[in-house]
Amino acid sequence: MNLAEFFAMGGNAVYVWSAYGITAILIAVEIVALRARLKNAREAARDMDGDA
Amino acid sequence: MTSINWFRYASPVSFFPVTRRLARGFGVAAAVFAAVGLWLGLIVAPTDAQQGEAYRIIFIHVPAAWMSMFIYAVMAGWAAVSLALNARLSAMMAQALAPTGALFTAIALVTGSLWGRPAWGTYWAWDARMTSELILLFLYLGYMALRQAIDDPRRADRASAVLALVGVVNLPIIYFSVVWWNTLHQGASVSLTAAPTMAAIMLAAMLVMAFAAWFYTIAVVLTRVRAIILEREKRAAWVSEFAEAAR
Repeated sequence: MNLAEFFAMGGNAVYVWSAYGITAILIAVEIVALRARLKNAREAARDMDGDA
Repeated sequence: MTSINWFRYASPVSFFPVTRRLARGFGVAAAVFAAVGLWLGLIVAPTDAQQGEAYRIIFIHVPAAWMSMFIYAVMAGWAAVSLALNARLSAMMAQALAPTGALFTAIALVTGSLWGRPAWGTYWAWDARMTSELILLFLYLGYMALRQAIDDPRRADRASAVLALVGVVNLPIIYFSVVWWNTLHQGASVSLTAAPTMAAIMLAAMLVMAFAAWFYTIAVVLTRVRAIILEREKRAAWVSEFAEAAR
């Protein structure tokens, strides 16, 4: 199997690579959003220091 | 003689410090398993005699669909514990699982649709399997929306727990839909009671991807529960200490 055949996926490239691509994007979005949420939560908790 | 206090990790104070290292470990494991699973599924596994190359979508579709149901069951389990014992951390676990459950449900629906087009000639049909999986997505989204709508976290815990428990009825419907109804969606290719109806290498790729999805879920949910603990307990003195120290 050469590289061009691999990417062609037997004529079903659109379906196969869309499925893998969308999955990768959704997972990346979750990870980025979660990192941001943890960062914000940490900063908010740190700002509470002193009031408590 | 030493004895183990089994309830030690049931409190956010002692649970919090452990989660960081655990999450990191499971995250690494997820990446390794995903790499091996993708290699097996996209390169090693042969072309399917009937379905050509499009079948390779099942290496993400099937694990995602399994996770979508499994996460709901675990979420409902934590919700039940939080109601029965009025346990804060259990409610936080349920809260942390919902977004990842919704994510896997969305992945299962999208990849299933992209597989259905070459395999069945249609992206979508209102058959029992697909419709009940779509309802699962709405249950997750409804659960999150309900939490969001209630300001008091403890009240949100109780209300959303009840919703999660009611929604459990959908799980056997999804699982048995291909048996109970004449669905466009095919029956199970892998079951605990019968030999799988697929080639060993394809099965191996699918199971490795399923483990990757498991480890990913554990890593992400532990991280999210950390964020939730910080958000909800930020007035507690120990939280600001950890926010400072555990960078």
